[in-house]
Amino acid sequence: MPEKRILLKNCGEIDPGQIASYEKKGGFKALGKAREMSPEEVIEEVKASGLRGRGGAGFPCGVKWELARKSPGKEKVLICNADEGEVGTFKDRYILQNDPFSLVEGMAIAAYAIGVKRVYVYLRAEYHYLLETLRNAIAQAKGYLNGVKIEVREGAGSYICGEESALMNSMEGKRGEARYRPPFPAERGLFEKPTVINNVETLVNIAPIVLKGSKWYSGMGTKKSKGTKIFSVSGDVARPGIYEMELGCTLKELVVDLAGAKGVKMVQVGGSTGGIVPYSMLNTPLSYETVLGSGAVVVFDEGRDVIDFVYRTMEFLNEESCGFCTPCREGTEVMMEILGRLVKGDGVEEDLGALEELSNAMMASSMCGLGQTAAVPVLGTLKYFRNEYETRISQSVFLRSLQPVKV
Amino acid sequence: MGQKESKREALLGMIKEEHAKSGYLSKGAMVEVSEALGMRVGDIYGVTTFYSFLSTWPLGRHVIRVCKSVPCCMKDAERLIEWIGKELGIGPGETTPDGRFTLTLTNCIGACDQAPAILIGDEVYGQLTPERIAEVLKSFD
Repeated sequence: MPEKRILLKNCGEIDPGQIASYEKKGGFKALGKAREMSPEEVIEEVKASGLRGRGGAGFPCGVKWELARKSPGKEKVLICNADEGEVGTFKDRYILQNDPFSLVEGMAIAAYAIGVKRVYVYLRAEYHYLLETLRNAIAQAKGYLNGVKIEVREGAGSYICGEESALMNSMEGKRGEARYRPPFPAERGLFEKPTVINNVETLVNIAPIVLKGSKWYSGMGTKKSKGTKIFSVSGDVARPGIYEMELGCTLKELVVDLAGAKGVKMVQVGGSTGGIVPYSMLNTPLSYETVLGSGAVVVFDEGRDVIDFVYRTMEFLNEESCGFCTPCREGTEVMMEILGRLVKGDGVEEDLGALEELSNAMMASSMCGLGQTAAVPVLGTLKYFRNEYETRISQSVFLRSLQPVKV
Repeated sequence: MGQKESKREALLGMIKEEHAKSGYLSKGAMVEVSEALGMRVGDIYGVTTFYSFLSTWPLGRHVIRVCKSVPCCMKDAERLIEWIGKELGIGPGETTPDGRFTLTLTNCIGACDQAPAILIGDEVYGQLTPERIAEVLKSFD
């Protein structure tokens, strides 16, 4: 399956600093069309399209909008989540760099549909170099915004702030810790106001949906995953980068045919807590039903050590856990300790059982997505590469047996 | 929105502004911010130390953040740390005696297609080799 550029059609074609070049490509036509419809009709269209959140969680976008629109409260808020911290993900960066106007148009349509006067973009500190491009795009589009104010807020280096409830705490000037839910943001979000939080890529889908219709859009993809998705491919591939594919394309088409991977051992899809796909399952279609997440695709060739990878991933999650709930804070710590032991050759047989037991507890009792999914790469590699864990442990036991007994 | 809420909303921006000016957030600055917003100093400290890009001690003029997440590690990020160490004589967490650079490690900076990648200040430098990193470092005063 070749690439299908719908969201990225302007990238490289327009000047991201000049709104006129975007208008020449049909920019803001969708916004005009949306304003001829009622807000409810726009929401219906987005609902019918089947668009789901592209940040990783995959919540139906139109439903989110509808909940917020119907929530009581005079003032409502839209937040564009540009805190792209998921390991291996750089699609939002690519959009902001090359076509910030598409995002602005998406936000303007969303603001109209939900009934919002105030929009925030939460931009990660790592992307500070994109701030000017984004602000410039917003300023140039002012004439289209009908008084809707779009303001950029910057983070300060924190993965968890990409999690929506932590993001709102961060914006409120609190520590970026996750919140209990309910209440969900659509009822009570930023400063207790009904809030919609959409990923950059999700919002970029809006203009094409409005312009060409939900029927056209839902004709692409699989039963539960409609449209196209932007994938960020990195790791052991000849051509790392951004690829936009129709959902339902296979992992093999993406990493082997397009990105030029050779001698693949496994692929992690969806970021640090994403699913593990071994080589034997490379024909897995990419969709919400199987593996997708944020669309991060990290390819590992036969020379890579599975346990080393899982250890590094757990180290990342442990560092980035906000520390608010115990299962995640302590669970990632203990997992890192066990995996560290395995890496260093100090593993014992009981370690695998302990990892599995801990995984179940963390998944069942953590407060937000980080802790709930932290064990995914552990369980995935234990499922497909258990022999590597077992060999590492038996070899460690053997090597230790060669050392003289300390008396 | 209550007045206290709207004040607190300004906190991260104020901290970042002070950080950009002084290169870190001193105890004195934390007290000043707390008085301006009517918040406890402990809360200012709590928010500041939550974020990896904010420091409560002085940093060098240019902060080098080497990405150590999996895609960069796969492209020799660990040797990159050594190369930088060789050029500057410092390891992660250290500042050069002349105060020019601080070297630190960071998590994914979203430049996995250019791995191994680093941030110096706000700029990304990718596809680094020993020669290229030496050149890049020379371009900073």
